[in-house]
Amino acid sequence: MAYIIRRIILFVVTMVLVSLITFSVFQVMPGDPIRIMLGTEADETQVETLKKQLGLDQPLYVQYIDWVKGLVTGDLGESIRFSRPVTELLADRLPVTISLALITLLIVVIVAIPLGIFVAKRQNKLSDVVLSSATQLGMAIPSFWLGMLLILYLGMNFSFFTISGYVPWTQSVAGALGAILLPALTIAIPQIAVKFRYVRNAILEQLRLDYVRTIRSKGITEKFVMYKHVLRNSMIPILTIFGLITAEVVAGTIIVEQVFSLPGIGQLLITSISYRDFPLVQGIVMYITFIVVLINFLVDILYSVLDPRIRLN
Amino acid sequence: MNTPQIKSASTKLLQEDLLLEVKGLKTYFKLGKGKVAKAVDNVSFSINKGETVALVGESGSGKSITSLSIMRLIPKPPGEIVEGSIRLEGKELLTLSENEMTEVRGNEIGMIFQEPMTSLDPVFTIGNQIVESLMKHQKMKKREAYEKAIELLKVVGFSRAEVIINEYPHQLSGGMRQRVMIAIAMSNNPKLLIADEPTTALDVTVQAQILNLMVDMKEQFGSSILLITHDMGVVAEVANRVLVMYGGQIVEEAPVKDLFLKTKHPYTKALLKTIPSIDVELERLDSIPGMVPPAHLFPTGCRFAERCVHVMAKCREENPELMENSPNHKVRCHLYEQVGGI
Repeated sequence: MAYIIRRIILFVVTMVLVSLITFSVFQVMPGDPIRIMLGTEADETQVETLKKQLGLDQPLYVQYIDWVKGLVTGDLGESIRFSRPVTELLADRLPVTISLALITLLIVVIVAIPLGIFVAKRQNKLSDVVLSSATQLGMAIPSFWLGMLLILYLGMNFSFFTISGYVPWTQSVAGALGAILLPALTIAIPQIAVKFRYVRNAILEQLRLDYVRTIRSKGITEKFVMYKHVLRNSMIPILTIFGLITAEVVAGTIIVEQVFSLPGIGQLLITSISYRDFPLVQGIVMYITFIVVLINFLVDILYSVLDPRIRLN
Repeated sequence: MNTPQIKSASTKLLQEDLLLEVKGLKTYFKLGKGKVAKAVDNVSFSINKGETVALVGESGSGKSITSLSIMRLIPKPPGEIVEGSIRLEGKELLTLSENEMTEVRGNEIGMIFQEPMTSLDPVFTIGNQIVESLMKHQKMKKREAYEKAIELLKVVGFSRAEVIINEYPHQLSGGMRQRVMIAIAMSNNPKLLIADEPTTALDVTVQAQILNLMVDMKEQFGSSILLITHDMGVVAEVANRVLVMYGGQIVEEAPVKDLFLKTKHPYTKALLKTIPSIDVELERLDSIPGMVPPAHLFPTGCRFAERCVHVMAKCREENPELMENSPNHKVRCHLYEQVGGI
């Protein structure tokens, strides 16, 4: 219990720090949003009025506090470029990015873990060597190129896949899957290529430990040794890796959404940056960091479920 | 510590039925680049029912590998039992399938390991780890197995067994964990208990408790014990018979009394000398100069020759055979090849 409370405090502190950093970065970034909105010809009174309207004439700490208040109440201000509330824009795009990220994670988990176990059992055999080379390849392939290959070979040949744009889940589940699957694979493949090795190593490390010998000495079959004891113990390091993957997957969506013209958060982020749409950029950055910090928080909580040494200390 | 006292009761070698018979066991490890470590090289011995046999030797002498070979728990690769026979009540263990072997492990042979701190699975409760074995071998239902587990924990000396059963290994001390290990090893009344340095990692005060517990359990269940140790004090305390290993081979085998009082092999003599005595004042503790040669670099002659005070020319050329030149007392040394010896 004390462990969970400590984690919650840490979570809140991290979010406060993230909000501070996000806020200050945009203060020192070059480019004046007012100038971009009004054009270079605008006169001073216009600029002053708009500044007042947007609250940009206030001292920084007041601006920060207002912004944090907005974060908590769900009011992130209005987008300068789209003249719509940031929350509304995010809500439009969120389902796309969240489906993409979740499906990607799902693919990584259901492929990388069994693959890692498979290779761990065949240590130093041919399949191990072959898959190691696959890792090198997987790491070297740039994701935009992999995305284009998938469009070319799968997207163009099977009508199931939508190679550009998005179909909402509420409209058609098959359609949504068709739109999400290829971009999800694009992010998942390099992740799998690298992460299954971590799974393999985590399992091999466990297999070397004394307790495995004890379990075998009890006459427990190898299947039970692997799936009850070793896998459960390996889940602790594996979980750490999957916490990291989440951050990488969220980052991956930004590029892949461009390749597949998916109207997600990533695309919105790139547009908003090029227009110096600060309220929107800040909102998106906060949203992305919130997701990543939240996942890490959940991973920490899961640790305590998996490992009694953490739970009971 | 005092010179080990030898219990008179344990000196009689009872001619009971044969329980375990190991013949010509060779367990080799492939080290790569064609190097082969002969960790266990042609080892033969037997254990009778109800007998406690101690297997002694320095680190690297092959005693743990011998015990793991009996359990067929040698990690392969790199290790492999290349030759030999291990019979448990006449049943050959080396030709059993892996599945048949799981019926022997934990059931007919129980094992306790050196490191109680790391020998239990950290993420499962004590109870879970005891019932696992009961459910596998005695086909018990979960509830029945938990009741039996509580009973076993009481037998090994836990008064709060009902609480301990739901605790995790990290909540127990080393001595307590070793008791749990004994409870697990004895849970299916094994015919043979292999204890690989069961007290080495424990406090001196706890060592005696664990040893006594093992002896009690052995008497209660009628098991035999193969005790692997390098502590000659422990040997004198509990063993009926002693096997001394050096460089992957048995160099001396004798009833415990003979081993201490009519020691033959120079290595055994040196080993006994390392026990400090309170009667004799020494400037510094005795040790055997040199080290056990690594298992891939054994000499063609006697493996102890380099460290032996009685070394002769013949010792460097020819490895002596293990010979029984007085009743029940075998020795592998050129000094004893002529009747009489030194």
